[in-house]
Amino acid sequence: MSSQFDELKRQVMESQVWQSIFRHGYEDTPRNRILMVSGNVWLHLHPSKVRKHATRLRFTWCMGGITFLMYLVTVVTGVYLMFYYRPVAEYAYADIKYLEFDMPFGMLMRNMHRWAAHGMVIAVWLHMFRVFMTGSYKPPREFNWVVGVLLLVLTLLLSFTGYLLPWDQLAIWAVSVGSNMGRATPLLGYEGPFNEVLGVNPIYDARAFLFGGGEIGAHTLLRFYILHCIFIPLVTSLFLAVHFWRIRRDGFSGPAL
Amino acid sequence: MAEMGSAATRVEVTLKKATGPGDDKVHTWPNLVRAEFLCTLFVMIFLLLWSLLVDAPLEEPADPGRTPNPSKAPWYFLGLQEILVFFDPWHAGVVAPTFIIMGLMVIPYIDINPKGNGYYTFKERKYEIITFIFGFHVLWISTIIIGTFVRGPGWNWFWPWEVWDAHLVEALTNQDLPYLVGIRDYWTAAVFGLSLIIGFFVLGTAAMYWWVVWLKGREFMQRWGAARFFLTSFLTLNMIAVVIKMLLRHILNVKYILVTPWINV
Ligand code: HEM
Repeated sequence: MSSQFDELKRQVMESQVWQSIFRHGYEDTPRNRILMVSGNVWLHLHPSKVRKHATRLRFTWCMGGITFLMYLVTVVTGVYLMFYYRPVAEYAYADIKYLEFDMPFGMLMRNMHRWAAHGMVIAVWLHMFRVFMTGSYKPPREFNWVVGVLLLVLTLLLSFTGYLLPWDQLAIWAVSVGSNMGRATPLLGYEGPFNEVLGVNPIYDARAFLFGGGEIGAHTLLRFYILHCIFIPLVTSLFLAVHFWRIRRDGFSGPAL
Repeated sequence: MAEMGSAATRVEVTLKKATGPGDDKVHTWPNLVRAEFLCTLFVMIFLLLWSLLVDAPLEEPADPGRTPNPSKAPWYFLGLQEILVFFDPWHAGVVAPTFIIMGLMVIPYIDINPKGNGYYTFKERKYEIITFIFGFHVLWISTIIIGTFVRGPGWNWFWPWEVWDAHLVEALTNQDLPYLVGIRDYWTAAVFGLSLIIGFFVLGTAAMYWWVVWLKGREFMQRWGAARFFLTSFLTLNMIAVVIKMLLRHILNVKYILVTPWINV
């Protein structure tokens, strides 16, 4: 019986199909350990060897990784939510209710999306704090710190634009309060200092640009939806690519040998 | 002898190179991948349990005609909403965040201390760490906590054990600083306020200059350079100014320091 099984296994693993997918065996050899990373499109974000301290939780707190994980969770659950959600003032709130009560795993997906988004904000702050405490922004990693700050801002913007989408009282008022600042922008905001200079008015100023109109309304919902689901994720992904690329290029920080 | 000495050094250097950087490296698979996998597993379990137990909030449908009291921004912006108490919206909502983002971005360029690169140390970078913790923990996080937990209707201060009274009216006893010190004339007040602010930055910069020279020596100041020095002192003084303005309000009920028809600070 077991010899039959071994024979079957051998045939499968030596077949052209198997070998076209898996390039190497699983024996724990140094060669395979390296191939495991370099031959895998996801894992080869890593170098095939790293310095010992870089694998330690007490050095990185794994916070950059957790931030990225939270981002991935929101992408996956977000796509699920998008199937049921219409960014139209008449439907948005009802769609959320529908999603919560009628869709399989709807409530769970919404919860995970929401809490992962909060988690991402907390994790990115902790990650920044860790990078500061290990002085990992020092040469040659200055620029990656700057990219990181941009990612931090993008994370907050992602979270903020998503806040509006349930179209409930919490959503529109939190976003109103947050966006009212736009109206106070010097020069560009209707209520900001020196607003006369450029002649901005309530329906044509910095906040109106954000809202897509003079007041928060249906147009704002569509605008925030597109920012939240397409524009900011695209930009964030671009900067994440730069961020990870730079970590590889600059090498991981650590004490001098 | 000299010849031999240098040869020996050369061999030593080559040996160091051969066994030097890179010699504490381990295989990413399995060492790092395992750590990441376990981390992912724990975080996902936690997130799943949390999401099963706690539902995301959903209130009544949006009604632009009914403003809740208090209206709070998302929690991660409550630090900015909290400093709205002390600064006008153009300052708290636009200038302050711009300074924060810019300030964070320039950190690697103004910090020229070569020590503490890639390991934890407090001793070798005391002032950097104290400044960062002051900005991040003391200013940012504590204002978020205040904004989240102790601000109630009318953005009034309610301790967590107090009942939110929506009809509580706090007497507005705020005064502008020039008025407080007895200036009644409009222009004098403006000049007074402006001089205070300019004076704060000029004296603050001078004080910082002498302090750094006293602490690190002239040679350091030269290496640091004018651009780095002015940027650092400007950003630091801004952080201190926020605290001063908060204290002036909480203790002396001061509203503005500078009052003009265009802007108030
Ligand atoms: C969406 C947000 C971000 C993601 C997903 C992210 C992800 C990562 C990951 C996975 C690493 C590898 C090491 C680790 O896990 O600690 C890393 C390193 C790094 N991150 Fe981020 N990061 C983000 C935001 C930031 C921010 C806000 C900063 C700083 C302001 C920053 C600065 C850096 C630097 C300088 C490194 C190199 C650290 C070293 O070599 O020790 N990143 N990031």
